[in-house]
Amino acid sequence: MAAAETDPRPRGADAAGPVAGLLAAPLALLMRLVDWPMRALQRAVGERRMAYVFLLPNLGFFSLFVFLPLVINFVFSVTGGAGLFPSERPFVGAQQYAYLFDCASFLDPSSCREDHFWRGVYNTARFTVFQVTAMVLFSLLTAVVLNMKIRARGFFRAVYFFPVLLSPVVVALTWKWILQRDGLLNAAITSLGGERILFLVDPSWAMFWVVFVSIWAHMGCYTLILLAGLQAIPADLYEAAEMDATPRWRVFWRITLPLLWPNMVVVIVLALIRGVQTFDEVFVLTGGGPGTATLMIVHYIYETAFANQVQNFGLAAAASVVLGIVLFALTLAQLAASRRKGAA
Amino acid sequence: MSLAARMMTARRRPGRWHWTDMAAYAYLSLGVVLMFGPVLWLGLSSFKTQAGLLEFPPSLLPMSQREVAVPGQSQKLPLYEVTMPDGSTRALAQLRRIGIQAQMVDPANPGEIIRVPIDKRTPVRQFRLATENYTEPLERFAFTRFLWNSVFVTIVATIITLIINSMAAYALSIYEFRGKTAVMLLVIGTLMIPITIILVPVYLVVTKLGLVNSLWAVILPGAATPTGVFLLRQYMLTLPRDLIEAARMDKASEWQIYWRIVMPLAMPALAVLAIFSIMWRWNEFLWPLAVLTKTEAYTLQIGLNAFQGELQTQWHYLLAMTVVTLLPVALVFVFLQRFITTGIANTGMK
Repeated sequence: MAAAETDPRPRGADAAGPVAGLLAAPLALLMRLVDWPMRALQRAVGERRMAYVFLLPNLGFFSLFVFLPLVINFVFSVTGGAGLFPSERPFVGAQQYAYLFDCASFLDPSSCREDHFWRGVYNTARFTVFQVTAMVLFSLLTAVVLNMKIRARGFFRAVYFFPVLLSPVVVALTWKWILQRDGLLNAAITSLGGERILFLVDPSWAMFWVVFVSIWAHMGCYTLILLAGLQAIPADLYEAAEMDATPRWRVFWRITLPLLWPNMVVVIVLALIRGVQTFDEVFVLTGGGPGTATLMIVHYIYETAFANQVQNFGLAAAASVVLGIVLFALTLAQLAASRRKGAA
Repeated sequence: MSLAARMMTARRRPGRWHWTDMAAYAYLSLGVVLMFGPVLWLGLSSFKTQAGLLEFPPSLLPMSQREVAVPGQSQKLPLYEVTMPDGSTRALAQLRRIGIQAQMVDPANPGEIIRVPIDKRTPVRQFRLATENYTEPLERFAFTRFLWNSVFVTIVATIITLIINSMAAYALSIYEFRGKTAVMLLVIGTLMIPITIILVPVYLVVTKLGLVNSLWAVILPGAATPTGVFLLRQYMLTLPRDLIEAARMDKASEWQIYWRIVMPLAMPALAVLAIFSIMWRWNEFLWPLAVLTKTEAYTLQIGLNAFQGELQTQWHYLLAMTVVTLLPVALVFVFLQRFITTGIANTGMK
């Protein structure tokens, strides 16, 4: 058939062979079997309307696991009781929200009725500010260095990138092993004559390491985005600047940074969106501790809904709605930013 | 910032070194230590014995005390180097320790018992990989179960993701139909709704479907991905239309066009999505943590987390299992890095 003769096997298909081949082989038979009912369907609805048939599975999944839950989330957040099914839950109006926001002073989490929520909010805010700032600076520095004419660039790029692929549990355990009381870092400190530090028991150190480990794990992703941006800057701009003997800092401020700015915005917003949702690494590394020093919002939601003795779905849903509003604002910013990137 | 500026604009002329080159290589070397070091240390530590892991300061390589078989003894005895009263040193095996005295024998002459103060002896150590850290969990713990669960979730979820996302991408790239814009907006909409904000209601849906503590509860909710649809649609838009028209002339059904023409041509994009899906599923944590409460249903990540939370953390097993968890991803990285890096640079997804 036409496919066999004209199939040019685009580049990359060979390298993908092992992955795709493994998955494709048993599927071929199944797909042939599906063709028969699909043909019948096509005769019934016509060629053009087959689009809806093709969309159906994906939209079905989206409706069932994204849109429907979004609606139910609101229902949960305005109902009370301990039941999981909405029919068992009495309507309570804005009571869950009132409970969450019941604070004598919003600046002091311990004055709040639901103090863990507010500690989560403050910890997440603190984490996000530190993490995003440091992340952007280090990714920029690394991207700039990797964009220089250096030897073995592919190797160095891989070095900074590979932790991105590690699972959060692996990342957290790797660092927990290093940071523990008798770990590698304390061995280095004592060999230099220092005192052992209980890194994950001291609240300030715990927050520092949570930020550090999260940057360690995710920096490669942002470095790549910035590196792609740097490589897209036309080289003749720099040559022209060199001919004019423009000072280097001026070249950076006037050429590099403005042309890289769309990528920078994408990086900042992406890092913000992910920072606000931080949970995995922190949960395994510190468990939110010591005390509540590294308890994040998502951790609070998880705890309230699933891990606590008394599961409070309504409160967790209300907190999710609050988090959702924050994320919505950030995502709008991202869409605006990427649209500008497309135009630039 | 001005440092970065100079690095940015440095042009190395052949044979001339600028100080920014030095700084760049210094930064990169530091990076190698900082990024590779922890994982290397994890790997080395995972081969240490339980006793070896308790040492402080830790040894770099996995070392353990040498043991020798002594005639007349049922078990192997630990070997020590002993400083004798006359100043000479001998290699002796320890029978037992009583207070500050140790009873030792010369393996060559097992009849004679030598009493030695314990501070006069130092263990004879040798390089040994404690492979039992790897083999024992496979026999004794639910670890094989976790491993199987993770493999099952990863493969099945990736297949489902590839099929339903490519079908949607096909519809959105090849056809013109009413409501196309609305569908595109819906797909964009799902981008804004991560699992973190709908944890509770998805749990409700999964409960209603009777899937709690089943692996399908992990597989299904994330099967349709907006990033996957966009990635595939973007690629399919570039495919030549004549090919599809020609197939229609030849009375190919729409399903055949999708399966026999568009899918093979979209292979590079499918490969990228497959790699990402494998990574997402293998590493997924929050949702499985919420929905899987029975040990039999745990995936590797959840199993590891449960194992590290135990009162007496058995680090020698835990580290080895962490390495096993890391290996598939490491292999993917070594062989398919190019696909992943271009995927991230183009879409920002991860």
